[in-house]
Amino acid sequence: MSELTQTSEQSIAAVAQVAKDNTVTHVLVDTFRRLIKKPLGLMGLILVSTIVLSALFASVIAPYDPIALDILNRLKPPSSEHWLGTDQLGRDTFSRVLYGGQIALQVALSSIALALGFGLLLGLLAGFGPRWLDNLILTLFDMVRSFPTIIFALAVVTLTGPSVSTIILVVVITSIPIYGRVVRTQTQALAQQEFILAERAMNASMPRILFRHMLPNVIGQLLILASMDIPIVITIEAGLSFLGLGIQPPTPSWGSIINDGYSFIRNTPWPIIAGGLPLIITTLGFTFLGESLRDIFDPKLRKDV
Amino acid sequence: MWLFLLKRSALAVLIVILAVTALYLMIHAIPGDPASIILGPRATDEMKAALYIKMGLDQPVYMQLLSFFGNILSGDLGYDVFSQRDVSDIVFEQLPWTLALIFCAIVWAALVGIPLGCYSAIYANTWFDTITGIISVGTIAIPSFVVAIYSLLIFSVTLHWLPAIGAGERGDVLSQLEHLILPAFAVGLGWVGYISRLVRSSMLEVLGSNHIRTAKAFGLPSRWITFRYALRLAILPTVTLLGVGIGYLLSASLFAEIVFARPGIGKLIFDAVSTRNYPVVMGAVLVTTALFVIATTLADFINALLDPRMRAKR
Repeated sequence: MSELTQTSEQSIAAVAQVAKDNTVTHVLVDTFRRLIKKPLGLMGLILVSTIVLSALFASVIAPYDPIALDILNRLKPPSSEHWLGTDQLGRDTFSRVLYGGQIALQVALSSIALALGFGLLLGLLAGFGPRWLDNLILTLFDMVRSFPTIIFALAVVTLTGPSVSTIILVVVITSIPIYGRVVRTQTQALAQQEFILAERAMNASMPRILFRHMLPNVIGQLLILASMDIPIVITIEAGLSFLGLGIQPPTPSWGSIINDGYSFIRNTPWPIIAGGLPLIITTLGFTFLGESLRDIFDPKLRKDV
Repeated sequence: MWLFLLKRSALAVLIVILAVTALYLMIHAIPGDPASIILGPRATDEMKAALYIKMGLDQPVYMQLLSFFGNILSGDLGYDVFSQRDVSDIVFEQLPWTLALIFCAIVWAALVGIPLGCYSAIYANTWFDTITGIISVGTIAIPSFVVAIYSLLIFSVTLHWLPAIGAGERGDVLSQLEHLILPAFAVGLGWVGYISRLVRSSMLEVLGSNHIRTAKAFGLPSRWITFRYALRLAILPTVTLLGVGIGYLLSASLFAEIVFARPGIGKLIFDAVSTRNYPVVMGAVLVTTALFVIATTLADFINALLDPRMRAKR
């Protein structure tokens, strides 16, 4: 009898697995189809793939070493040798822009993943936990949000010194409340639904309810939110690097390329143009993509803005 | 209702206190001795010790914190040893520059964004709506410091139409306004998009409501209906947005102030952070944080007045 139950359970699991695989590919293909039908989605997809591919293959595409100096050829305008000209130390701006893309994407992906994780955890706790915990977490969220991001970043940078991990820390701390609040609201709404009440009636453990039943219901919204957060994070990284408080030289970052160009704005406009354009392309691309994804997946999530 | 106001205000005060305490503790965790930085490498130990006592650094941290909050209540933000002036004087000297910049940025963004949003709602789902939608989303996405530095490059350095740096001659309003154009443009551009999207969506909602249908049935001209009746309601969410948005505006104005070398609270904080001038950092951050919290709390109040459901929620 028990053997029989086991095999039937196994076969059910197998069937479920196949069905799951099918839905995942199906959803992906379907999303892609609907995305390229929207002009905004198609544009976003093209812009984002351009940036992502050029960052991934930076070492293959870049004609020069991004930190190789060539003082004799400093502040040169674009030419067939240097497509975007050279900076004040004679470094090839095009190569620096490509490698700068790697930094921007690294910072964005790692910090958003961390913020999403912590935000999810705190949001679930606030939404499902006791009232005092909810109030405590919300007050913490409000406290973090009561600093304008860049001012908070300035304060943290004075404390830890400028580096990649500082930027990630700042972004993680300031974005946790954004994810946490969404998860909390969702969790509170879900907690009253019948399937959760049933689980509780069956005495299911807290982790089981949270991670098995709540999580799948909030993760979709979170991923859309994350995709819309990418341009914001990239802007923060570039902004801090522009202020000289982010990525430190000689590592190339779009912000520091603009900063170098700013010091020589009366000599040559090219470093500024070259550092700003990829930023504009990236932020536009991810925003267009995020907006279209949101429209496709969840019209209800559409906020007023 | 009053209970909500009271609770929300208490929370706002608590948040400011917690935030400033956190900042104070963070600053004290910074390695490096402020006295030696201020006095330079040639300072004697006695000079350092005297300055330490003068800055109150010889007291335990909680005592410093207590006296700091005590002083704030009496309007004293501390003393800046660098410039030998009161921090509150320095901060309130810089604050008007930032407020003027933010105000101009919001005004031009509203003047362009509100009509744009109205017309997008009237012509919803036409090519006009699609194009303004793309432009709005685009302006929201582009980083404001890139806008600032590109406009500096184009309009000042290349075309020489507008002055590049500074805030204009003292006492010369025309020159000050001239110096305000590019920074206000850079800070406000993203808000054109925000405001127009927000006005569009709330306008669409209002235009579908009963009293507008009645007005239409009375045969009032549609332009009259839109701008006299519907806009009055549709504008409300935008007002709330501005309250929440002041943090973003402060961040954007910090970049504009640095790019255009303008005086202002953002540049003050940036310079103070670079020189580790703790009293000025503390005072300026306290004032900006308070400003931000007051604005968001006000926005919450307005929201509560308009929407009873918000009073129950937090």
